[in-house]
Amino acid sequence: MTSIAPFLIFFLGAALALVTGGILRSAIMLAVPLLGGLNLLLLADGNAAQIHLFDYTLTLVRVDKLSFLFGILFHLAAFLAILFSLHVKDRMQNVSGLVYAGSALGAVFAGDLLSLFVFWEILAVSSAFLVLAARSATSYGATMRYLLFQILSGVVLLAGVLVYAHQTGSIAFGKMALDGLGPWLIFLAIGIKCGFPLLHNWLTDAYPQSTPTGAVFLSAFTTKVAVYALARSFAGTEILIYIGAAMTMFPIFFAVIENDLRRVLSYSMINQIGFMVCGIGLGSALAVNGAVSHAFNDVIFKGLLFMSMGAVMLRTGTTKASELGGLYKSMPWTTGFCIVGAASISAFPLFSGFVSKSMVMVAALEDGHPIIWLALLFASAGVLEHAGIKIPFFAFFAHDAGHRVPEAPKNMLIAMGIAAVVCIFNGTYPWVLYSLLPFPVDYAPYTSDHVLTQVQLLLFASLGVAVLMQTRLYPPEVPGVNIDAEWSYRKALPAVARWVARASGRVRWAALARAEKGIERFLGQIHKHHGPQGILARTWPTGSMAFWATVLLAIYLVAYYV
Amino acid sequence: MTAHLPAIMVVLPLFAALLASLVRRGWAAWAIAFAVSLAMPVIAFTMLIQVLSSGPISYAMGGWAPPIGIEYRIDMLSVFMLLLVSVPAAVMMPFARLSVMSEIDDDKQAWFYSMYLLCLAGLLGIASTGDAFNAFVFLEISSLSSYAMIAMGRDRRALLAAYQYLIMGTIGATFYVIAVGLLYVQTGTLNMVDMAGRLGDIAATRPLFAAIAFLTVGVSLKFALFPLHVWLPNAYAYAPSFTTAFLASTATKTAVYLILRYFYFVFGIGLVFQVQPISDILLILSLAAMFAASTVAVFQDNIKRMLAYSSVAQIGYITLGIGIASMTGLTGGIVHLFNHALIKGALFVAVGAIVYRTGNGRIENFAGIGRRMPLTMAGFVAAGLAIIGVPGTAGFISKWYLALAALEKGWWWVVLALVASSLISVVYIGRVVEAAYFREPTAENAKVGEAPPSMLIPLWLLVAATIYFGIDTSLTVDIAGRAAEALLAGGR
Repeated sequence: MTSIAPFLIFFLGAALALVTGGILRSAIMLAVPLLGGLNLLLLADGNAAQIHLFDYTLTLVRVDKLSFLFGILFHLAAFLAILFSLHVKDRMQNVSGLVYAGSALGAVFAGDLLSLFVFWEILAVSSAFLVLAARSATSYGATMRYLLFQILSGVVLLAGVLVYAHQTGSIAFGKMALDGLGPWLIFLAIGIKCGFPLLHNWLTDAYPQSTPTGAVFLSAFTTKVAVYALARSFAGTEILIYIGAAMTMFPIFFAVIENDLRRVLSYSMINQIGFMVCGIGLGSALAVNGAVSHAFNDVIFKGLLFMSMGAVMLRTGTTKASELGGLYKSMPWTTGFCIVGAASISAFPLFSGFVSKSMVMVAALEDGHPIIWLALLFASAGVLEHAGIKIPFFAFFAHDAGHRVPEAPKNMLIAMGIAAVVCIFNGTYPWVLYSLLPFPVDYAPYTSDHVLTQVQLLLFASLGVAVLMQTRLYPPEVPGVNIDAEWSYRKALPAVARWVARASGRVRWAALARAEKGIERFLGQIHKHHGPQGILARTWPTGSMAFWATVLLAIYLVAYYV
Repeated sequence: MTAHLPAIMVVLPLFAALLASLVRRGWAAWAIAFAVSLAMPVIAFTMLIQVLSSGPISYAMGGWAPPIGIEYRIDMLSVFMLLLVSVPAAVMMPFARLSVMSEIDDDKQAWFYSMYLLCLAGLLGIASTGDAFNAFVFLEISSLSSYAMIAMGRDRRALLAAYQYLIMGTIGATFYVIAVGLLYVQTGTLNMVDMAGRLGDIAATRPLFAAIAFLTVGVSLKFALFPLHVWLPNAYAYAPSFTTAFLASTATKTAVYLILRYFYFVFGIGLVFQVQPISDILLILSLAAMFAASTVAVFQDNIKRMLAYSSVAQIGYITLGIGIASMTGLTGGIVHLFNHALIKGALFVAVGAIVYRTGNGRIENFAGIGRRMPLTMAGFVAAGLAIIGVPGTAGFISKWYLALAALEKGWWWVVLALVASSLISVVYIGRVVEAAYFREPTAENAKVGEAPPSMLIPLWLLVAATIYFGIDTSLTVDIAGRAAEALLAGGR
């Protein structure tokens, strides 16, 4: 039996979905990841599907442990997302979802930088449709800003590939050292997709604007492709440790004061990617294993959380914390699944986040980065607060906002159920996941000190939240609770957090406003000269045309005679 | 018979033009033009095989031996140009029938095909002749017939556009003939091979420099080098759709061919690029074209005019390759000549099909067309991706070579400019895509149907070629590479 390139199945499926409708299209869409999964199992290790493009060899399929793991992950994520969105009868979303998942698979199996670039761009364009599909004025603007960042990332990647190819004569997508312009450009391109600090705004801008089901797709692929690319090319690059640590920290402040729960999840996503980036930067076998397995778990539990919020959005029309509450009465199943996701992201023992996140943290200690370890610990407490407690609490409990809605549709519940099972399975029996990791694992998650440390952290953090809620220190509509492992900061931090977020917000807006004005002036100048009435676009009188021809002739003649 | 192919290539369309004007009926004239257009690529391929196996073909017109008689000289570059002109022409002819019927009065259609055949003869003649003055004659044949083809546009502005093109084209031709005169005075020959040989003996004199200057500006006018491009947007925008598609893919390219032929083959790279600042001037004008013309294209509401500005920008890429004047740069420039002919041909055919169905090519009129004419718009998008330079399309190949050539010289900023100007093309193609797919069709367009097969087939042949040459580059890059090699070796 021979197998074919994984992305082809998805692209063919997308083509079929484009021309079919109704139940047939739903069946095709469900069949695609299942067939793809079968095909994946048949893929042999090594390079396949090579084509020659002028002087280079393109490798469309390169199978090793790393790409295989992401292959499984993306098939699973695609299946869940498709199942979750099965009730959506929107051709644009259906087709772009398949193309999007397919291009993510193409990117992780790409064995050379040119193929990577191609899939990188398809990924960008197809995902934009999922934001656009919300079909509102705000989502249109968000789509354009999102596309700008994504295309920029692609262009920077291409420039980097060109320079790299010129310098080394190779377009291999493999390990590279961060020296010279080429690797730096490639690094920057991946950084944009990965949501590095200050390059992350597209994520928190666009994801909350996407459709309820679109966000589930989006949360799975784009950033994880970037994580994969980092793990592939830049494992052990020291700067990533600090970038990763920063990524785990700064979103917490924003997530704390954010009212839109899907935006909270977007910030939380950057925070989780921070753990992965940090692990990749540490570069030891344990750290990279931790980063990769955390990517796997994150796709599932973050997907689960986005699914639960998608179900809430579908039923109530909003995900604003201030407008929600008390939904556990009408949506008990969704509530339960959301709590599983929340427990997983908070890394409760027996849930999936625990078995992967702790690997990165232990690796940080083992490699002699105690400060980084502390930062990650602080971030873990932050995760518990904004994702572990805030999301389920304000959506499903808190004060009853009076929504009396039906439970989520069956397909959504099944998708959430499967994701919840995967979360618990990976948390209680992590050896299957561990056996797929790129390096051999000799790490035991359930030692008494790992469990104790984590339980302590979680319990005290929850206690803090409980105390603050009981003493009514914070109004529930605009929640601003944050707990740190260090008890002394418990009360000071939220205030600091809000102050930091507000101040930085103000500064950013002022700077943005100035930049916007500058850009407007610049565009005005361009429009003045290039616009329909501009000198360059007008129909010139024949005389001036002839005049310019003569001027050019004169320039040449003078240049020659001098 | 095969020995006379170079002559047949030019004489056949000339006589067919006469025949087409005599039959007077549109369909008959079209049939003649179609048959002749189909024969041309066959002849070109036969000559390609000959050139590949036994080197350049020299054909003495009328049996008069060169350098006294007119020599037709088919080398690698010539045969490349012959393919570039004849293949798109043949592919587009089925499209011409309905498009011309809808845009040109019945009694003028035969004249239109007659003009087309004259133009074809002129373009093929430029590529095959080895005689400087004969090239002028063909240049004028092709130009005069294209003025007439443009003036037949339905839009009244077509007449003004054709008139402006006539004035500018004539100035260009005059400059060219002045240059040929100056060269003749100094070398005593009009045969290009002979001229190249004799120029090697004479010192770099001022009249020679003046000849280079006149030639450069004259021919630059013909291929619309920025800022001499001003005649082009109106001419392309208001001409009949078929005229635009045909001229955009072939006419400017043969003018570029003349520059290549003279710069590298006749004058030699040493004279033009090492003694003179032509490289710098070309580079600056190319970059200006890439940015200014692309930016203007963004703001155009008439899609034909938008694509015309895009053509000016694309010419900039080609001259960039000529200006870099290295093996890689020249290969990139020559490949882009061919690739752009396919891509722009496809784009204009797609727009022509939409104009045929909806009546005009303004962007408002594209609203919702993606749903009404899915195959046409899909072709437009594929060709649009190629203009942007997306990998997997022909546009990527040429830009890749140009970028490599710039890197070889260490010009990072040129690479950045290449990438940045491609981004501008994302915007103008994106505008059309946005209108076609994300807006509701206007009331008049709600019932519009897909384009007829006679338009879809040419469109998709061109699009398929664009994608094919983006993946398998052995044919285009090999021929272009050999042509570049021969050019860099010079005519001596």
